[in-house]
Amino acid sequence: MLNHNTLDEILNKYPAKEKRNRKKHILIKNITQENQEIEANTRTIPGIISSRGCAFAGCKGVVLGPLKDVVNIVHGPIGCGYYAWLTRRNKGVSKAPMKNFLPYCVSTDMQESDIVFGGEKKLARTIDEVVQIFQPQAITISATCPVGLIGDDIQAVARSAREKYGINVTAYSCEGYKGVSQSAGHHIANNGLTEHVIGAGDMEEAPQKYTVNILGEYNIGGDGWVIKKMLEELGYHIQAVMTGDGSFEELSNAHVAELNLVQCHRSINYIASMLEVKYGTPWLKINFIGIRSTVEALRSLALYFGERELIERTEDYITRELARIEPQLLPYRRICAGKTAFCYVGGSRGHHYQGLYEELGIETILAGYVFAHRDDYEGRQVIPNIKSDSDSKNIPDLHVAPDENRFRLKLSPERAAELKDKIALSTYAGMIQDMKDGSVIVDDLNHFETEELIRILKPDIFSSGIKDKYVVQKMGIPSKQLHNYDYSGPYAGFEGALNFARDVAMSFASPTWNYIEPPWAHRPLLEGTLVKGDMENA
Amino acid sequence: MLDSTPREIIARTGAVINPAKTCQPIGAMYAALGIHRCLPHSHGSQGCCAYHRSHLTRHFREPVMASTSSFTEGASVFGGSANLKTAIKNVFTLYNPDVIAVHTTCLSETIGDDIPSIIKSAAIPPGKMVIHANTPSYQGSHVTGFSNMTKGMVNYLAEASLENKREQVNILPGFLNPGDMREIKRLTALMGVPFIMFPDTSGSLDSPMSGQFNMFPKGGARVEAIRDSGNSSLTLALGEYAASDPAYQLERKCLVPAVVLRTPIGIQATDALIMALRQHFVAEVPDEIEEERGQLVDIMTDLHYHFHGKKVAIFGDPDIVASLTEMVLSLGMKPVHLLTGTPNTSLGGAQGNFEATVTAMLEDAGLAGRVKAGGDLFELHQWIKNEPVDLLIGNTYGKYIARAEDIPLVRVGFPILDRGVHSYLPVVGYRGALRLMEMIDNALQDRVDRDARDEDLELIM
Ligand code: SF4
Ligand code: SF4
Repeated sequence: MLNHNTLDEILNKYPAKEKRNRKKHILIKNITQENQEIEANTRTIPGIISSRGCAFAGCKGVVLGPLKDVVNIVHGPIGCGYYAWLTRRNKGVSKAPMKNFLPYCVSTDMQESDIVFGGEKKLARTIDEVVQIFQPQAITISATCPVGLIGDDIQAVARSAREKYGINVTAYSCEGYKGVSQSAGHHIANNGLTEHVIGAGDMEEAPQKYTVNILGEYNIGGDGWVIKKMLEELGYHIQAVMTGDGSFEELSNAHVAELNLVQCHRSINYIASMLEVKYGTPWLKINFIGIRSTVEALRSLALYFGERELIERTEDYITRELARIEPQLLPYRRICAGKTAFCYVGGSRGHHYQGLYEELGIETILAGYVFAHRDDYEGRQVIPNIKSDSDSKNIPDLHVAPDENRFRLKLSPERAAELKDKIALSTYAGMIQDMKDGSVIVDDLNHFETEELIRILKPDIFSSGIKDKYVVQKMGIPSKQLHNYDYSGPYAGFEGALNFARDVAMSFASPTWNYIEPPWAHRPLLEGTLVKGDMENA
Repeated sequence: MLDSTPREIIARTGAVINPAKTCQPIGAMYAALGIHRCLPHSHGSQGCCAYHRSHLTRHFREPVMASTSSFTEGASVFGGSANLKTAIKNVFTLYNPDVIAVHTTCLSETIGDDIPSIIKSAAIPPGKMVIHANTPSYQGSHVTGFSNMTKGMVNYLAEASLENKREQVNILPGFLNPGDMREIKRLTALMGVPFIMFPDTSGSLDSPMSGQFNMFPKGGARVEAIRDSGNSSLTLALGEYAASDPAYQLERKCLVPAVVLRTPIGIQATDALIMALRQHFVAEVPDEIEEERGQLVDIMTDLHYHFHGKKVAIFGDPDIVASLTEMVLSLGMKPVHLLTGTPNTSLGGAQGNFEATVTAMLEDAGLAGRVKAGGDLFELHQWIKNEPVDLLIGNTYGKYIARAEDIPLVRVGFPILDRGVHSYLPVVGYRGALRLMEMIDNALQDRVDRDARDEDLELIM
């Protein structure tokens, strides 16, 4: 286990200023201490190798990218758009194959002259060409670093394209230098979608009973499909998924749902809160990763609608699924039992996967997020206490008001109060409360700390992303990527738990680890002829 | 798949759709990893660095370490000098490389940060050094970035310290895999010519599994060697776009004559490399090489009927596509669509002439084809819809076109993200040509087998 002395020894290798900084981002869980504080969502230190990306990655890459029938134009030099092209495994299938734009990367590929004379004209031409070739119902424009600096007014270009073509064109000023990580881009995308897309549709009523949206589910490896199938089997109607396998049409009518389910709190909580204010739709924090979490999610959801028949159907379903899944998990559990994990991912998976690991008998001894905020660690009650700084201030807060025609209180205040005792209604308790005494929580875990903490804590498996993967595996420790699932999945729901168990067990059981040491490493070159002198020295 | 791509081609002046290139810094980062104990540093916002590291990692399946200046809005407005100085201090304290190789990004270029003067005022521990290259992505491509960082090595390191040049050759390999760099070194060693290769990512991006992580693996060109490159009697630049510019810079700076050759993919380009070494250094070609070449020609003739007349589309980096074109022509194939995303010429970039070079090859062979620099995969796909091919050669992004049009794909170039091993084994040299032939042959014959009726399935082909 890590104690404060060993932690200090690690931190002492930093220059003094950096030590003070990093110390606030690392916590050893102490159950006797209430409200342990951690610093998060602050600047990355230049030169310290971190896993974080930029606002553009959070906006275009995470939130907008998965919308399958929307053409996402990247306005900037070629790289940013290129790297955000097909690299995230957000799957999608369109009813009309001509309207699935996921395999397309559209960039304005700014050249020197565009930087010098401005890129607005080229952007406008790009929109013309996109409309001519693809005839989409909606276009997004995401700005990359140089765009803000040279002063291109992408909002104006979007406005005139809206007028010219009568389609939904939105612009996102998500230059990579905004904020301190991907997180800023989530916020910018949330603002744009709330302001210009959600509610643009003309549905007034939910099409059927039990209509919900799923927020913060990006259909990586098909997770969203598993969740959707499960919920539909139970009688729910999914209006929109934000944004995995999402479509413009569905999203523009997302205002009609009775409830918003929130999977990834970090990337989508702004939309959840704004829809509550604007349309009176509460949100429910659920987690469809892990068996117990899935069970709990299904129960909370049934409880929200509160009808006996739905609750019973849910219980039957859970009993059936558990009976089906549990025996199949046993062989994997035998392989995994007693092992330990580091779980360092994104802005919610660092928390979400801990339960699933535990169900396999693997203890999470260190966890953290790349770009989360304090509320993702400590719970939403800390939000009023979070100090804003110059970096967070440059992300505009969108203030919405109740929609005059469409606001409808979905729950009476009494019923809401009653439910709040039972389910995570419009709240999130964060990661720390779920962690064991003595475990370590690290925000923006960097390469140096990773190496040091692995040396001390010796985990059996390390969950993170592609940039750490081979670093860790060179040490002989399996790495399970939890951004892209090592191209496997789905991992959500009951079915997904089984896939995850299979994959994790495979990473332990693979015979390939057995060959790291060559046979000659510990065998003397000459053997069998010991002379007397050697015997005496031995 | 790609159902929205129409057959009809409209001229575009705005959108690039499905690029066949990426930005300069990733090439610069890759090149810098070819210096022993060097940490690449990305001067800009952290997103670029994250993307470049991820992408290189996916291609090589190896750790790719690099740091960044992590600009925030403040740095973007007031300049990144403080960020770079902090970064330099932190990098030397924590990771202790011998060299930091700084490259710029669109952001720091747009701001106009003056890197040399920032480096001059940074605290650099004795014996350590910081070098740099300007790599704005609104010029050229990732290949240009590779070339520019190689040029940075020449600018900062190469010295002509001896009166007379040494009998040794500098080899600038261009943007190739570590497996290719190894093969070129093996051939040069077999020729008995002392050499300095830089950058050299063999041993750095194909390091063995040892149960330990080394931030700075064994491989990479030694700083002393790059210094000594100023004393060599010849520089061979393998690839117009990825290597000629630094070679000419070395010629200007240290008076080392530069000869620009094609990337040694295929028999002709490999012959040219061997001949350049043979004639300049008066070195006999050893039996071993002659045997390898003979084996290659043997197989080429034995299998010519598998290849002859087959139509091919090739895309990727300009130096690689040019050599591949030459190679498939030597097999009697018909390269009809040849495209690179890298612009033909660009400001601040390596000066090549892809379109002229490749068009001349086609003309020599009496063929006509579509040739384009600065193109994209959307257009390539449209070409194929208009004139179908039997085979597509290119990087992983080609798989979408291959599926849409049901044509076999042979993966060559950068990046290959969906298959492994490719970065360990060469496509250069006679052995590499043999490997490429096997890959192409398998792809073509697998397709023949797949499409054959039961009664037409052949045991022997
Ligand atoms: S901003 Fe420029 S350097 Fe950075 S990823 Fe984009 S194109 Fe490449
Ligand atoms: S930091 Fe800026 S330039 Fe780099 S990838 Fe992000 S948006 Fe592009």
